[in-house]
Amino acid sequence: MYKYDEIDQQIVDERVAQYRDQVRRYLAGELTEDEFRPLRLQNGLYIQRHAPMLRIAVPYGMLSSRQLRKLGDIAKKYDKGYGHFSTRQNLQLNWPKLEDTPDILAELATVEMHAIQTSGNCIRNITTDQFVGIAPDEVIDPRAMAEIIRQWSTFHPEFALLPRKFKIAVSGTKQDRAIVQMHDIGLEFYRDANNKVAIKVWVGGGLGRTPMLGSVIREHLDWQHALTYCEAIIRVYNLHGRRDNMYKARIKILTKALGINEFRNQVEAEWTHLKDNANTISEAELARVAKHFEAMPYETLPAHDAGFDAAIAGNPAFTAWVKRCVHPHKQAGYRAVTLSLKPHGSAPGDITSEQMWAVADLADEYSFGELRSSHEQNLILADVKLSNLFALWEKARANGLATPNIGLLTDIICCPGGDFCSLANAKSIPIAKAIQQQFDDLDYLHDIGDIELNISGCMNACGHHHVGHIGILGVDKDGSEWYQVTIGGKQGNDASIGTVIGPAFSADEMPGVVQKLIEVYIKERTPEERFIDTVRRIGVPPFKAHVYAKTESAKKEIAA
Amino acid sequence: MSNLIKIDNGIAAVANDEWTLVQLPAVQVEERKQAGKVVLFKLTGENAVTEEQIANTVIPATGKIIVPLSVFVERNNELTSRITQGEVGVWLATHELIEYLIQQQHDLNALPIIAVFVERFADGRIFSLGTLLRTRYGYKNELRAFGDVLRDQLFFLKRSGFTSYIIRKDRSAQDAIASLNDFSKPYQGAVDEPRPVFKRYNRGA
Repeated sequence: MYKYDEIDQQIVDERVAQYRDQVRRYLAGELTEDEFRPLRLQNGLYIQRHAPMLRIAVPYGMLSSRQLRKLGDIAKKYDKGYGHFSTRQNLQLNWPKLEDTPDILAELATVEMHAIQTSGNCIRNITTDQFVGIAPDEVIDPRAMAEIIRQWSTFHPEFALLPRKFKIAVSGTKQDRAIVQMHDIGLEFYRDANNKVAIKVWVGGGLGRTPMLGSVIREHLDWQHALTYCEAIIRVYNLHGRRDNMYKARIKILTKALGINEFRNQVEAEWTHLKDNANTISEAELARVAKHFEAMPYETLPAHDAGFDAAIAGNPAFTAWVKRCVHPHKQAGYRAVTLSLKPHGSAPGDITSEQMWAVADLADEYSFGELRSSHEQNLILADVKLSNLFALWEKARANGLATPNIGLLTDIICCPGGDFCSLANAKSIPIAKAIQQQFDDLDYLHDIGDIELNISGCMNACGHHHVGHIGILGVDKDGSEWYQVTIGGKQGNDASIGTVIGPAFSADEMPGVVQKLIEVYIKERTPEERFIDTVRRIGVPPFKAHVYAKTESAKKEIAA
Repeated sequence: MSNLIKIDNGIAAVANDEWTLVQLPAVQVEERKQAGKVVLFKLTGENAVTEEQIANTVIPATGKIIVPLSVFVERNNELTSRITQGEVGVWLATHELIEYLIQQQHDLNALPIIAVFVERFADGRIFSLGTLLRTRYGYKNELRAFGDVLRDQLFFLKRSGFTSYIIRKDRSAQDAIASLNDFSKPYQGAVDEPRPVFKRYNRGA
């Protein structure tokens, strides 16, 4: 993964000094609450319900064991001994003290980490596929470009105070796992007819209260122009995006208002002035950064391993885990492993300091000392030998990291919700826990099969509820918490936004509602169909009818 | 003490202001609400100045003046000789369009100063305006930021081509100067240094 040189290190060190002085001025009364807000947000610091929340950047989800160990130390020393992986691959601390945050950042800087631009109205952390570099369907490894974009976007002076937050995702696979259509800019790398690296540029996607899939603004962009083309897009947005209403300030509202054709014309006109300027990426720079992402020193291994085959034959629990948590790899004899941060009955994405240290050890022992975080809020060891899977599984299991539920109903994507977040309308973690308990039967979960259930505590959609096969959105009605349910959302190449099935439910009703949705699916599915396929084939009405049928009669009974 | 910071030959210092800022007369601003929120920003390109305001703007008879863009355009004939003498600068608000200035004044370098008024700290349009004035329109003279200007914008303003800054009057300009140097080796090319870090340094391999 990318290693800092003196220049990178100096920038994060200077950031620590700058931020330390900003906190000093705030505590001394030289900055008002309102003036400090944009400054602390651009450093990932929120003021939450109980305490501040600090969001630490994990650029495109890549971590070293050394970094994770440090994160575990920091969570222990400055927080309550745990952290939370977010849906944007970052790590959040829920209980740090404001006064400690400069010291936390100073400790992070010692392991080449920071919290720069993890919040606020600026270009946020660049995200990508958690299987980047090792996925069999990958055409181009976009990490070097992601790193170049990270550097370019760090303290970009022109785009320091945009109308609203701005998210860029990169992807280089056949099957999109980075949800490029759901980002302000999505960069889809591919090889063109001349076998040259090119980019298909998506713009104007996003979740939030007005969910929208992006549009293609350019089918073919040479990679050298990635930065200048992004500059053209973001300049048009910076100048013309709405600033009078924060709910209409994302770029998707501008592209929608202008229409993609007019927006494209404006961007292309801007780009004629920027194309080929000094920010054009040189071959030498790409080569320099790409060196950091060269393939791991893999051994030449056979495609099969006798010990692994024997373990599969003799151990159903191991087999179930392999089925859900082990993923294919480009290199023969290697696999990627997802360590589930979704044990039933705990907050999705949470991880204790002890678990962080354990994962760091596992990464050192089995996966070249590196790991990744995913937008599904799990951790991935990307380069594990087939022959090591059994040993890894036993250790992961001992640390509560081997729940075999990846891609299943209890692998819930969930924001921190009303328990922590001051934006939330409703709690989301207790809903996730209740659903996990309702479906705490692994055989049943495996029978239900691939399904994505996403929960957001408010319409800001940090839990990506719009693209969940089942989406749950917390809403506030007259001061009490209710939950609106959508079905039919999907991420990936054939992304779609879910449809609301009807009136909202109370928290108590939610496990039953999910149960009913699953019942319809089990009844209606053809042998090969996943939940999403059945929804797409038969539509929303049968689900709606079953979910509301009993509720109606129950209400009548109560009324009678 | 002056609240003006000026960069001359690369050195930033608190300086006395030789320019008089000409303001439009205040009007009763209608409070517009949308979705329950008070509208705090004017939209880009919005025409927010009335004929009456322009007509009633008091232009001092002598001295160096920075006039509002609308006054500069609409009452240009009153200013012609003073423009020639280099006594007239222009200021625009972040929602105003540079194109409107260019239509009136093709050669921007006839203006010794252009200033941009930023009503709210969070309004980052000022950075694009500075960048465009320097890179697209070739403006070379003093470029000033004023309004809700605090020290934590200074580094970005400098990089976007601004060379003078009037720090909001309740804060110290002397203290703010330090923030111009918050970062010593920025990554990306911008107005003050067009080359990105990978073209300035040999970063090895």
